[in-house]
Amino acid sequence: MKKSFVLGTLAVAGLAAGAAAAGTLDDVQARGTLNCGVSTGLVGFAAPDANGEWSGFDVGVCRAVAAAVLGDAQAVEFVPTTGKTRFTALASGEIDMLARNTTWTFSRDVDLKFEFVGVNYYDGQGFMAPKELGVSSAAELDGATVCIQTGTTTELNLADFFRSNNMSYEPVPIETNAEAQQQYLAGACDVFTTDASGLAATRATFENPGDHVLMPEIISKEPLGPLVRHGDNNWGDVVRWTLNALVTAEELGVTSANVGEMSAGTNNPEINRLLGTEGTLGAMLGLDGDWAKRAIMVGGNYGELFEDNIGEATPIGLARGLNAQWTDGGLIYSPPFR
Amino acid sequence: MATLTDPDKESFKLSMLLYDTRYRSMTIQVIALIGFVSIVFWLISNTITNLNNLGKPVEFGFLFESSSYDINQRLVEYNSRDSHLRASFVGVLNTLVVAFLGCITATIIGVFVGVARLSKNWLVARIMTVYVEAFRNVPVLLWIVLAMAILIEGLPAPKAFRGENATASLEVFDSVALTNRGVYVPEPLFSNGIGDVALFGQSSLRFSVSLDLILIVAVLIASFSVSGWIKRRANRIQDSTGDRPTTWHLRLGVTILPVALVLWMLGFHLGYPELKGFNFKGGTHLRNSLIALWLALSLYTAAFIAEIVRGGILAISRGQTEAAASLGLRPNRIMNLVVLPQALRVIIPPLISNYLNLTKNSSLAIAVGYMDVTGTLGGITLNQTGRELECILLLMLVYLTISLSISGVMNWYNNSVKLVER
Repeated sequence: MKKSFVLGTLAVAGLAAGAAAAGTLDDVQARGTLNCGVSTGLVGFAAPDANGEWSGFDVGVCRAVAAAVLGDAQAVEFVPTTGKTRFTALASGEIDMLARNTTWTFSRDVDLKFEFVGVNYYDGQGFMAPKELGVSSAAELDGATVCIQTGTTTELNLADFFRSNNMSYEPVPIETNAEAQQQYLAGACDVFTTDASGLAATRATFENPGDHVLMPEIISKEPLGPLVRHGDNNWGDVVRWTLNALVTAEELGVTSANVGEMSAGTNNPEINRLLGTEGTLGAMLGLDGDWAKRAIMVGGNYGELFEDNIGEATPIGLARGLNAQWTDGGLIYSPPFR
Repeated sequence: MATLTDPDKESFKLSMLLYDTRYRSMTIQVIALIGFVSIVFWLISNTITNLNNLGKPVEFGFLFESSSYDINQRLVEYNSRDSHLRASFVGVLNTLVVAFLGCITATIIGVFVGVARLSKNWLVARIMTVYVEAFRNVPVLLWIVLAMAILIEGLPAPKAFRGENATASLEVFDSVALTNRGVYVPEPLFSNGIGDVALFGQSSLRFSVSLDLILIVAVLIASFSVSGWIKRRANRIQDSTGDRPTTWHLRLGVTILPVALVLWMLGFHLGYPELKGFNFKGGTHLRNSLIALWLALSLYTAAFIAEIVRGGILAISRGQTEAAASLGLRPNRIMNLVVLPQALRVIIPPLISNYLNLTKNSSLAIAVGYMDVTGTLGGITLNQTGRELECILLLMLVYLTISLSISGVMNWYNNSVKLVER
């Protein structure tokens, strides 16, 4: 039965992989690259540039984790995933982590067996319409044709929103952001709905962004964050605390510019613990002491990543809003490094 | 005197299973069967165990939870509070619609092209060759996407119909709206309709059938049978007397008058599309996704059917055509009365497999956002519930059932046109 055993093993390898991957950290270190699931292309969050080099806010998280774990921010294999394929890719072990505008919901966390390690962008679902349509509020959208990315929470929010407001609509389900953009621009739908950040990012790529308005209503809570598989708590800790390190770095004023200088030792014990000059936080994670320093050096702290990729100085032009540090009245808050 | 003695009664020994050629092949087959079954069993139990380890036991309870999403094209009443099972049912109906429309159109185009490709007219034959080769050799997904892109970019948005200086207008006596969100055609309405009959109570497979439609179909069937009886009577009279009575006015009358009367009694009128708010309201809305999918699947499959038809016609020996011609039949009638009926026997078996292909290819619908069963059960439901294995198994079951039904019906038809041999 040796042969059938081999064949059988091959056939169920995909299913078994999820259960077998108990030590993702070891796997990643042995492989030398981090497989990170990102979106198929959303400017500002994750998109390849003209040279095929991925960049963006979500990509920044992948690179920070790669730098912390492998010491090389370039050692990332980016796997583009659609709204439909992302969870299968993560559950099957094809990717080690997913950083792709994914909303943290109860059922994804509990039923789909994923572990959200934090929130890197507090978002909400919005609507975009051409200015000439003359619609200023989502409450006026009765009977409208709505373009929507299929396989996302936005699909469910949309159904709930129109139902609770007693309005009718015609959903046009679309697989990727690029196709949605094409249909929206051709007028095949009146409004385009997705996370407000995604709308801003999409609008920034239009020829005349000024011809399109975002409606004031935000119809849902969309906490977006990176996630890993259930069951490998150590790997979950690595990703969670890498994200927390970026947030804490901003809070403590550690930037990509001064991290080298600060890692020589400062008067602030928390900075010292973060950068590994005091205590053994890195070793507790199974990494070396410089892990956080390397993560911060890649793209800077959380605030720098935000400003460089999606901030007000970029074409996407998102304000910090809810995503400001808690000290500035936002929701971005990291547990202490202690 | 010779005495007949029975040969020694051979006793059955276990080793004969292996060394006796009478039993050996059976032994091998039994062993192979046991091996095969145990591999299958092992694969299934392994999968279930692994899924259990992942915390995802195989169960179908999610089908009865509320789906929470909307579907644009629904032939039966459905809203986001209905169950996933109901959403799957809506998807199955959408699959059946596009498969049914596609098979009919593909057959019509295919037969026409297949015959025309054999035409003696050089230009017609060459054009048909180009059509067949172009469609047959490009993946159908590309044709679907192309058709969708043409519809979206080529047709005007509903807003072009609005206002004083509208750039677009309705076609065909102001009754058909061609927009980049779909085609709106007039819909039949009944002001004194006799209502619907609801089937299957409150289950997820419930649907209602219009009694108006049933009545009209019943009247049509009755009319046609009366018309057939008139024809047979005329044949009888012609056989016995040699004179055929004029029947066309009678047959036309019994076909048209009763239906017209029923339509008038039901208060039949057309509902025209009208621009209201963001979109056209009223009329039947044929969405772009349906049209693109239908068109692409039909044209693609028609190219294959054309080749099958051409092959079927070429399989009929030239002598048949010549014999018919020498009897004085015109080319049209030779094709319809002599060649095609015989060619059908060659054509139908491969035609069945093309119908099956078309139905299975309709699962590419998601490329244009058509909500077929792959889009609902295998798309949104799968994604929102995370039940990959269960959804895919159900999906396979659905396609298997549809395909087996199609081939069952077509095989029955094939048997009825098959050459009866004595």
